[in-house]
Parts: sequence; structure tokens; C-alpha cells
Amino acid sequence: MIDAELWGSILDITAAVLLVLGAFLSLAAAVGLIRFPDSLARLHAATKPQILGLILVVLALALSLRSGAALLLLLPVVVFQMLTAPISAHMVGRAGYRTGTFDPDGLVADELQPDIEEAGRSDLAPRDTEYP
Amino acid sequence: MVEILYVIAGVLLSATAIIAMYRIIAGPTILDRIIASDVLLTTLILVVAAEMIINAHTRTIPLMVILAATAIFGTVSVARFVTKTEGGRPQGGAS
Repeated sequence: MIDAELWGSILDITAAVLLVLGAFLSLAAAVGLIRFPDSLARLHAATKPQILGLILVVLALALSLRSGAALLLLLPVVVFQMLTAPISAHMVGRAGYRTGTFDPDGLVADELQPDIEEAGRSDLAPRDTEYP
Repeated sequence: MVEILYVIAGVLLSATAIIAMYRIIAGPTILDRIIASDVLLTTLILVVAAEMIINAHTRTIPLMVILAATAIFGTVSVARFVTKTEGGRPQGGAS
């Protein structure tokens, strides 16, 4: 039988480990920001820890606080982030495609290109200039 | 034990914030800057949560909720107004 004090310290250590994992994911995003060559690749690296890192840190906070009221307030944080992160990633990705801030040779498939040609909207196609 | 993990988390989050600041300053395009500022804002939410874990209080939970709910506005409004320019690099401007 585990007494309350030991149980409390186990939860505290678990919370600290989850906090370190969340911080590590956020550092992974930063490494992606600095290492990847163009905006769309950086967007890919940046959007991953927005959800998983936040979930890990919120879980750590919930384990550390151990109160139902705090958990009720923490759920909206994760829900809001889950609702808004895909929208902002989509908007930035759309702007990135239209302004051509990526290397077209690095793409395996570009399914938007035929649609743009069919619609006759060459103004929406990525520009032909070299990306630095 | 727990204190060492807190210090590690603090160092990792600080490094993230510094690298994101570097990307905001260095660019080269406005999209890189807005992506980096998004990362900085997410890091800020994580830092607020980490501070609550370390100091064992609940006073800044509303700050987390508001940051998570309004993080979208800056990114979407800037991404909306990114246009092609003559210089070959996207810049802000009315589209």
C-alpha cells in the first residue's frame, strides 16, 4: 500500500518528466525553424509541438495541481489550440504556396498545380523565381 | 531530482524562445517571421504552465486560456495579407 506522501512525490516526478518532454518537443520545433531551408518546411516543424507539446505540459500541470477546478480550466486551453492551430497552419501554408516560398524541386507531388491551370488562375501559381 | 528536471525544462524552453527570436529577426520572408512568432507564442504558453508547476499556484491559468484562444488572430491576419512583390520575396501588403 502506497502512502499519500510517496504517491504525491511520484505524481510530482511524473509531472516534471512530462514537462521536460513538452519542453523538448518545443526545442525540436526551434531546431526545425533554424535548420529547414524554406517557409513550408519550417511550418511543418513548427506546428507539430503546438498540440503534442501543449498536451504534455497541460497534463504535467494537471498532475501537479491535482484539482478538478484547474482541470476544467485547462481543457479549454487544449481545445482552443486544437481548433485554431490547423486553421493558422492552413492559412500560412496557402500564403506560402501562392508566394512560392518553397523549392518546387523538393515536392514529391503538387496536386494544386493542375487545378490552378484548369481554373485558368495562373496568378495563383507559385512564382518561377529561384528561392534563395 | 525534481528540481534538476525543472532546470532542464527551463533551459530547453529558453533555447526555444531565443531560436524563435533569431528566426523572427533574420527572416528572410514575412512567412518565416510569422511562423517563428507562432512558435514563440506557443513557448510562452508552455512557460506560463511551467512556472505554475514550479511555484505550485493556479493564478495564471486564465492567461493560458486567453493566449491559446487568441494565438490564431495574428497568424491568420498576417497570412491573409502576404502578397507577391517585385523583389521576389513575399512581403506584407494589401491583396
